[in-house]
Amino acid sequence: MKFRKLIFANLFRKKVRLILTVGSFAIALVLFTFLAVVKSAFNRGVELAGADRLIVVDRVGLMNLMPISYADKIAAIPGVKAVTHDHWFGGVYQDEKNFFPQFVIDVENHRKVYPEFVVPDDQWNNYVKDRQGAIAGAKLAERFHWKVGDRIPIKTTLYGGAIWEFNLDGIYHTEKPDGDQGQFWLQWKYFDENVPSVIKSTAGWYILRLDNPDDAVRVAKAIDEKFANSPHETKTETESAFAAYFAKQFGNIEFLILSIGGVVFFTLLLVTGNTMAISVRERTSELGVLKAIGFTDRSVLFLVLAESLAIAFFGGVLGLALAILAIPGISAAVTGLLPPLLLSKPMLLLGLGFAIFVGAASGLLPGIGAMRMRVVNALRRA
Amino acid sequence: MIRVDGSSDSQSLIRVRGLNKTYSRGGEKIQVLQGLNLDVDKGDFVAFMGPSGSGKTTLLNLLGGLDVPSAGSITVAGDEITHMSGSKLTQWRARHVGFIFQMYNLIPVLTAYQNVELPLLLTKLSGSDRRKHVETALAVVGLADRMQHYPRQLSGGQEQRVTIARAIVSDPTFLLCDEPTGDLDRKSADEIMALIEELVNRYGKTVLMVTHDPVVAARAHTTLHLEKGLLVEGKGSSPQSVLAGGAA
Repeated sequence: MKFRKLIFANLFRKKVRLILTVGSFAIALVLFTFLAVVKSAFNRGVELAGADRLIVVDRVGLMNLMPISYADKIAAIPGVKAVTHDHWFGGVYQDEKNFFPQFVIDVENHRKVYPEFVVPDDQWNNYVKDRQGAIAGAKLAERFHWKVGDRIPIKTTLYGGAIWEFNLDGIYHTEKPDGDQGQFWLQWKYFDENVPSVIKSTAGWYILRLDNPDDAVRVAKAIDEKFANSPHETKTETESAFAAYFAKQFGNIEFLILSIGGVVFFTLLLVTGNTMAISVRERTSELGVLKAIGFTDRSVLFLVLAESLAIAFFGGVLGLALAILAIPGISAAVTGLLPPLLLSKPMLLLGLGFAIFVGAASGLLPGIGAMRMRVVNALRRA
Repeated sequence: MIRVDGSSDSQSLIRVRGLNKTYSRGGEKIQVLQGLNLDVDKGDFVAFMGPSGSGKTTLLNLLGGLDVPSAGSITVAGDEITHMSGSKLTQWRARHVGFIFQMYNLIPVLTAYQNVELPLLLTKLSGSDRRKHVETALAVVGLADRMQHYPRQLSGGQEQRVTIARAIVSDPTFLLCDEPTGDLDRKSADEIMALIEELVNRYGKTVLMVTHDPVVAARAHTTLHLEKGLLVEGKGSSPQSVLAGGAA
């Protein structure tokens, strides 16, 4: 590329300004990437949701518990392959900051409904036999350096603040590497024996697996009709719809992220656009000389855009590199508060695309100004 | 042979007929050039003199295709440039015109070599061919040993030499010099004028130069005076005033 030297020479003309602009880009890209991974984390439940799973909750709300007897009635509906139920335990480990999701599961049917959670058979069998047994996700175990055989005390925040102790019998993995490996499972029978009577023989929600995902609407309707006019009417929806609803409990995350992202975008656009505009204005006479000696308007536009894109590219790459380094640490720091933050290749490409788009957009106006500049007027500024 | 009466035949390298240039400033129309005629042959060296605002630089800009006239025509080597589109005119400038400015107008972040190479980036020459051309141009102006110096590392005279090398590197049809010694001391000015004379006498270049300095103008073959948009022949046995419009 014949103009390479000219572009780079101009780029490094004001080194402090270059560093500051590239730095702005890098910081903005870190923020952009962080927002993207947070958004993705909240949507991951929707993305990972099984197409053949339905969730049944009390129509009044998730905090209303349903009778355990619903399990058999739901299982009897044609098209239902398996039914299991969960409870939210809501405890903390050692300290309130060590929060993570604990589910009270139905050991008999859980694996039939969630085949993507993989537990070695010997560990599972030990767990089933052990009423105080528990299984932890691989990332959760890694976070607290747990190993099978450890005694895990969990202080519940919902059931009188008592400390419950569990034996870690197994560690589960997921088939997909970005699957949720941060859960802690305890047994419904042990839970049911120890909770206040008002909570006994209840389920927080039911999860059922269908024979055929195409039957989802029919089965959901059949379940809700079955429990209509009962003390606990139900609301049945697909797992993805439930996950989206659950994510919304945190507030309108998508709107928040898009708003912050929009501010980042326009701020970056203004910062870089201003830098390019100043850079072009400072070089008016030089651009006039280039045009005088035969550089076409398009060549001048190309030179300005190339500089702007180079800033965007270097800033973008630096920002993404920082994000790659920072996000695992941030993810570890907010474990329990936010779903795991995972930076995927498509996200990195999206970030780079964002940087290049901002670079092109911010260089466009100054570039068009330089392109339209009359040579005679430009030379007069020499 | 330089003529300003419009009587020359069509063989002139540069042929200007009835050239007018009018500017609008605050609603007022200012006529800078009023129907100029000019014929310049290959190898001529002409100096334009005149007071500020007389239209010297305007004429140079029009001859170099940097500006468009309000009326009249300019023909260079058979190409009439007055009706060329902007992009054609740019290409024409790259091929036919070498510019030498008073303030040198070098790109400060490029070395002497890279500055001189700029016009060649627009050609299809290979890297090695470009190198040969640049080295030759810098040798002609006596700066073969300063190729990797940046403008800030050169004296004013050396900077102007780099500008001259940049102007001649693509072997243009003619050179336009706008006050080429205006920012130099007398000694450097003499050296630059000697170099321009060498380009004319040894390499057969055609040079049109604007200057305020009579000593510099005296080095040209002919001096033409511009006064209130009129061309006046000022060197030779008897200065002849030619009202361009009437002489056309």
